[in-house]
Amino acid sequence: MSGSSNIVAMKKIVQQLRFEANINRVKVSQAAAELQQFCIQNALQDPLLTGVSSSTNPFRTQKVCSFL
Amino acid sequence: MGEMEQMKKEAEALKTQIEAARKAVHDTDMASAAAGVAPAPQVQLKTRKTLKGHLAKIYAMHWSTDNRLMVSASQDGKLLIWDSHSGNKVNAVPLKSSWVMTCAYAPSGNLVASGGLDNMCTVYNLKTPVIKTVKELDAHTGYLSCARFLSDTEILTSSGDTTCALWDLETGKQKTVFLNHVGDCMCLSLSPDMNSFVSGACDSLAKLWDVRDGQCKQTFQGHTSDINAISFIPSGNAIITGSDDCTCKMYDIRADQEVICYQDAALNSGVTSLALSTSGRLIFAGYDDFNCNIWDSLKGEKVGVLSGHDNRVSCTGVPEDGMCVCTGSWDSFLKIWN
Repeated sequence: MSGSSNIVAMKKIVQQLRFEANINRVKVSQAAAELQQFCIQNALQDPLLTGVSSSTNPFRTQKVCSFL
Repeated sequence: MGEMEQMKKEAEALKTQIEAARKAVHDTDMASAAAGVAPAPQVQLKTRKTLKGHLAKIYAMHWSTDNRLMVSASQDGKLLIWDSHSGNKVNAVPLKSSWVMTCAYAPSGNLVASGGLDNMCTVYNLKTPVIKTVKELDAHTGYLSCARFLSDTEILTSSGDTTCALWDLETGKQKTVFLNHVGDCMCLSLSPDMNSFVSGACDSLAKLWDVRDGQCKQTFQGHTSDINAISFIPSGNAIITGSDDCTCKMYDIRADQEVICYQDAALNSGVTSLALSTSGRLIFAGYDDFNCNIWDSLKGEKVGVLSGHDNRVSCTGVPEDGMCVCTGSWDSFLKIWN
C-alpha cells in the first residue's frame, strides 16, 4: 500500500523536475545589468537612498513657529 | 530495473541537468558585475516615531497602500491599526486566538487579515460602523505563517502544513492549493504584476508559483536552514530571502539561481524579516540579535544598521512610497525610521 503511494510521490517529483529543467535561463551578466539599470534609474525617487528633508518628512512632528 | 529505481535515476539525471544549465549561464555574479556601480551612501536613519501600545511580542506588521496607516499583530491578542504620521491608534481588533503570526492590509484599505496557531486566516472589515469578522478561512492543517491580499476578493496564505493557498473571499473556500514544499511554509511575496508569488519554507528552499494554475515554476536552493522572510525586488526579476542560516540571498528569476549572498562573519543571528527600498537598492533585514541591518543589494555590502529595539526584530516593512521603514519587535514596540 505504502509502496504505490511512494511511486505516486516519486512520479510527481520527476514531473516537477522535468518542468523545472525545461525553462530558459538568461545569463547572469545580462540579469545583473538589467537589475543595476533598474536600481540606478529609480535611485533619485528612492527617499531612503536620497534622504527625506525635514520640511517634507511626514513622520517628523511639525513644530509651528509664529511671529509674535 | 524496478519502476521506482528508474524514476530515482531519472530524478538524479534531471537534477544534474538543471545544475549544468545554471552553471552554463553563470558567467559572473552580482557583486563582480556591480564593481563599476557607485557605492550606496552610508545610510543613517533616525527613529522618527516609536509606537507604543502592544502589551506583548509583536509578530507582524503590514503597511496600507495609503502609505499612512499600518496594521500590527501581537500575541497580546490584538491587531492595532496605526496612523503612522501622528503615532495614534486608529483601531483595535481583538483576536479570538492570541497566537497570531501574521497580519495583512488589503490594497483597498477596507479589510485586514490575521492568522497563526489557530490554523485559520480571519478577515475583518474595517469600514463597517463596528469592525466585523467577514470570513474565517479554515482549511489549513498547520499554522498560518503569512497572508497577503490580492484584492478584496482573493487572499494568498502560507502555512506550517507545507502548502500555500489562494482563497476566494466570497465563498471562503480555497481556489488553488500550492503543493511542493516539504517543510513548513514560512513566508510569501506577491510579484509586482500579481501573476506569480514566491514562498520560503523550512525545507530551506524558495519556490516561484503561478498564482492562477498552481504550478511550481522554479525552485531556488542555497540556504542551509529555514527561510523566514522573502520579497520580490520591485522590478519583479529577482527575489531576496532571509534565513535562520544568518544570511540573506538574492536569486535572479530569469537566471534561475543565487546571484549574491549577504553575510558577515560577525553576524550569527538568524534573519527574521526583510523589506526593500523602492529602487531595490537597499535591503532592510531584521535579525534575532535585536538589530536591523541595511545591505546594498547590488554590491552585497552592509551600509547601515538600525539599532534601538530591546529584543528580536520580528517584522519590517517599507510603504509603497518608500518614505520610511518600520520595524516591529518582541520588545512590543514599532519604530518608524527615515
